[in-house]
Amino acid sequence: MKLSNVPSHFRIPKLSYRVWKVWMRDRDVLMKTYKTTFLPPLLEPILYLLAMGFGLGGFVQLIDGESYIQFIAPALVAVSMMFSSFFECTYGSFVRMYYQKTFDAIIATPVSLEEVIAGEILWGATKSLINSTIVLGVIAAFGLTPSPLFLLIPPISFLVGLLFAAIAMCFTAISPTINSFEYPTFLFITPMFLLSGTFFPLTALPASLQILAQLFLPLTHAVTLARGLVLGRLELTLLLNLAWLLLVTPFFFVLSINLMKKRLIK
Amino acid sequence: MQSEVLIEAEKLTKKFGDLVAVDGISFKILKGECFGFLGPNGAGKTTTMKMIHCVLPSTMGELTVAGMDVARNGREIRQMIGVAPQEDNLDPDFTVFHNLIVYARYFDISKAEAKKRADELLNFVQLEEKRDVIIEHLSVGMKRRLILARALLNEPQILILDEPTTGLDPQARHLIWSKIRSLQKQGVTIVLTTHYMDEAAKLCDRLIIMDRGKIIEEGNPPDLVKKHVGEEVLEVAHDEKVMRLLQETFQGARLEVVGEKIHVFTNKSRGVFAQMLREVPFKEAVIRDANLEDVFLKLTGRRLRK
Repeated sequence: MKLSNVPSHFRIPKLSYRVWKVWMRDRDVLMKTYKTTFLPPLLEPILYLLAMGFGLGGFVQLIDGESYIQFIAPALVAVSMMFSSFFECTYGSFVRMYYQKTFDAIIATPVSLEEVIAGEILWGATKSLINSTIVLGVIAAFGLTPSPLFLLIPPISFLVGLLFAAIAMCFTAISPTINSFEYPTFLFITPMFLLSGTFFPLTALPASLQILAQLFLPLTHAVTLARGLVLGRLELTLLLNLAWLLLVTPFFFVLSINLMKKRLIK
Repeated sequence: MQSEVLIEAEKLTKKFGDLVAVDGISFKILKGECFGFLGPNGAGKTTTMKMIHCVLPSTMGELTVAGMDVARNGREIRQMIGVAPQEDNLDPDFTVFHNLIVYARYFDISKAEAKKRADELLNFVQLEEKRDVIIEHLSVGMKRRLILARALLNEPQILILDEPTTGLDPQARHLIWSKIRSLQKQGVTIVLTTHYMDEAAKLCDRLIIMDRGKIIEEGNPPDLVKKHVGEEVLEVAHDEKVMRLLQETFQGARLEVVGEKIHVFTNKSRGVFAQMLREVPFKEAVIRDANLEDVFLKLTGRRLRK
């Protein structure tokens, strides 16, 4: 990156209420296809709970006084926030941008490109909210939500979704083809899925890796928050997790919009 | 009466890196006319269209639409322009009707008004029977008509049509042409790109011919034909003897060998070829009216473009 490019990557975009028109377009598509799109978030956590919770969990000793299934249940909620928003704004947005030319059609109207991208990211965050709430419902049905504080998770899922959608949009802006998403998925999403305190406590990792995970893996913060709220263990450090998300999200949000402008407006 | 200038470009330039796509062109489009941009592939037509509806910033030069600067008033300008792009960018997830409803939302058109306009426009482009059909079940011609309907949702003062009939069968082309004419009668200013010369000759009041980013000719179709290729063209079978004879008979005429034929262009008045053929009956001789395609090929050459 040239030094002279730096400011333009972080120029604050001009946005208006029209962002929601883009969001509404994506919502309309979901409403037409909900029968197929709502099924995976419903069935996937059930599979994980059965296989890892009941199956694997039988061989695992209690973690912090919790059964293994209770330990992973809130993590599954956090993981669904990541997957739904990240894939919505990589594969989903790429298809709309590149194959369907939907962005081209919209920017020929008073809606600007900045607003299109912002609307897409808000939609990605909404997908996180929808999918993780379904997963939350599933774990509640399994009796794995001991504290009523779990009701605070949906608003947090929107914030987590916003972050992953914005990160995804950065990759979309720089990916030459749709196959390029294999890289961030394999190098970023999958390690995070495994190493963010999801299936075992972060403290089991070497100290240096623990620090790296806390500094650079957004999912660790989502998992910690979800677990704290589901188990009703309110600690002050949860505010740090929240602060991390609140600080990093605007950074990627602004960056992704500017990267997309560079890609699409020559 | 002096007509009002609606779109004005002054030394408009667009560069993509080292490539100069549009090279300092100037033109004025008047309110209510149908104005054509002609040129081979890569001439810069679509790039110019995109600068007019403010989705592509210019590199240099001035461009105003209805007195507004494209760099500053993009939103206002896009509010008054309807765009029918070259490529199909309809929303494949929606029906014909829902495509229009969603698109109307981008223009802040109320839901009730959007429904009313969508039905009227589907009627206008003769797609009312396809109202609830998913886009992928439409033919190419139907998609084009729907794109035209979509471009009219905001009741635009200016309609940009980028190759509106490319790939269509004759029936669909004629339908689109008749719609364009009726829109022009309603006072809509039409800006059109095409590489079909018959289309340009039929529809355009004035046109410019572009090549390699520059304007190489402008005017109204009949004048351009008369100026560059005369009124009639004689086509005869190619033969060295015939060539010599033609050169002697029509001094100052342009003789062009095209495949197996010689084309003779002259600025002499109508009837000279017929008179000559009565005296010397050439093999396979045909006299036809000169047309815009002759002008286009004369100005841009016969070499294929990438």
